Amino acid sequence: MSVPAVIELRQASRTFSGHTPVQALRPTDLVVERGDYVSVVGPSGSGKSTLLNLLGLLDRPTGGSYLLDGLDTGTLSEDDRATVRGGRIGFVFQSFHLLPHRTVLENVLLATLYSGVPRRERHERAHAALERVGLSNRLDFSPAVLSGGERQRVAVARAVIAAPQVLLADEPTGNLDSTTTAGVLDLFDELHADGLTLVVITHDSAVSARARRRVRIADGTLREAS
Amino acid sequence: MRVPRLRLPAVRERHAARGTRRVVPRGSAMDRFGLRDLLAESAYGIAARPGRLVLTVLGTVLGIGSLVVTIGLAQTAAGQISRQFDAVAATQVVVEPATAQSASGQRATGRIPWDVEDRLGRLAGVEQVGALASVDVGDATITTVPVHDPSAATLAQPPVVAATPGLLAAVRGTVVTGRWFDAGHDERADRVVVLGSRAATRLGVNRVDSQPSVFIGDRAYTVMGIVDDLARRTDLLDAVILPVGTARADFGLGALEQAQVTIAVGAGPVVGEQAPVALAPNNPETIDVQTPPEAPAVRAQVQADVNAIFLALGAVALLVGGLGIANITLLSVRERVGEIGLRRALGARTSDIGRQFLVESAVIGLLGGLVGATLGVGVVAGVSLAKHWTPILDTWVTLAAALLGGVIGLLAGTYPALKAARVEPIAALRGGA
Repeated sequence: MSVPAVIELRQASRTFSGHTPVQALRPTDLVVERGDYVSVVGPSGSGKSTLLNLLGLLDRPTGGSYLLDGLDTGTLSEDDRATVRGGRIGFVFQSFHLLPHRTVLENVLLATLYSGVPRRERHERAHAALERVGLSNRLDFSPAVLSGGERQRVAVARAVIAAPQVLLADEPTGNLDSTTTAGVLDLFDELHADGLTLVVITHDSAVSARARRRVRIADGTLREAS
Repeated sequence: MRVPRLRLPAVRERHAARGTRRVVPRGSAMDRFGLRDLLAESAYGIAARPGRLVLTVLGTVLGIGSLVVTIGLAQTAAGQISRQFDAVAATQVVVEPATAQSASGQRATGRIPWDVEDRLGRLAGVEQVGALASVDVGDATITTVPVHDPSAATLAQPPVVAATPGLLAAVRGTVVTGRWFDAGHDERADRVVVLGSRAATRLGVNRVDSQPSVFIGDRAYTVMGIVDDLARRTDLLDAVILPVGTARADFGLGALEQAQVTIAVGAGPVVGEQAPVALAPNNPETIDVQTPPEAPAVRAQVQADVNAIFLALGAVALLVGGLGIANITLLSVRERVGEIGLRRALGARTSDIGRQFLVESAVIGLLGGLVGATLGVGVVAGVSLAKHWTPILDTWVTLAAALLGGVIGLLAGTYPALKAARVEPIAALRGGA
């Protein structure tokens, strides 16, 4: 039995119903193998976000199917999708989404609440993750006093703490300057070197250039870029 | 330097049934957002904005507080009323002849018949009857020594009172020594007296076994006994008391002035109606009857009205408090849309989100209930202290009031929690930090 692809879209599409239905994602095939580092690049309004939401189980395709780690997500209940999301997908967002009233450590621990990380492993993992992103001296800081780059590192630590199958990054450098962008991209490289599967969605060609494989999206159509 | 791997070890998965590929939550069920996590996350949510928390609970604090104060003061006042609702006052009836204002001053228009004890004793509810009248002894001195000692200082004379045999019981007196006279002494007009305890002290009589005498004028009266207490007529403690028959024979007593009647609890209205007819069948209006005061009933009524008003105010305050919690929790849900989206992305189910907000508002309500109940107890204690009352408050009222706050928080949080559970993670995560 072969190892299933981490992500496999089979003619998946997403149409937003309304007065004039909009097909945000045309029927698409996409396979992301274990250990891939894929960037999805395209202008705003091209369907990037729609794709991200489908991949992150935050939305369901209106056509076709989506297999995550060989599991057909179309048949899952909302609660099962939440469980899968918590355990197998790590998210990194453009605006970090750190809770302002909680410390760095607590923000990272937040990801262990819903993903079934055993209670006694939680602190150990959080410390390890923060040490790995170089923030072990910031454990008790409030995110408010961190720089943008540091905040995104906290978000990365949070995303990997539950050992997900895939890391989904949505414009991870959108709010960062070029120096800190480089730092976060270096971190992604290291994660990839450690064997993590990454999907980075961006409109920045410099960011997409760091990925091993580039996919271009325009008008809801996916195309492999050379 | 060896860089530690960022790839953390995979979380151990539980085994799915063979041949099927099902979604199995990793770790044990306890590890996935258990009760501890729920409570901890809710506590963080509540503590994040202390200033707002104070405003949120204010309505509940006031509502619960006013409920506790109302119930507490009602209970305290009820205890106070029943304390003042003295058993003596409630079972005593005083009968006097009616008086009319005439040119020569106040004049009795009726009279209490000599056989008042028989007449009133037959009424239902009457337990003891006694009558008395003050006796005018003229210039006669009252002394234990029949010798006129010109050098002795002139002392105020103790009053002389004529009493029927039933009076001692009717005014709740007790015999200290000797005995009280009976109907025989009365009928025979025996020259006997009973001394009130203070009169006995003044006259230097402290024992009666040697049959000391008291002289009223020149006539000697044997002291039969000394009485004390006399709760209804403590003025009799100073008096020399002799049987009515004796007073009529020796001093020409013309009429009884007052009858004291003890009655069963609650018999006041009946006795008040029947006594004048029993005493003066032809013109009952010439007899005045003072029945036990109805005041306690009236006060209880007033108290009940006041309570109803305050309870209504408390209920309104609670409603406002609940709406306040609902409103601010709803606001909080709007503000924390990003957090909700994040939690959903991290694997929270809609029910996890809903439960968290529900627990938050329930805890806020419970906090308000606890603070309100505490303040309420303090106010009840303070008012009681100021009024020298004994504070009375059922423990369960306090506990139930605090819990009521939690229930109100729970109810108030239901709609916001549903709202929070329905937040779309996509929209939330795009909405900014």
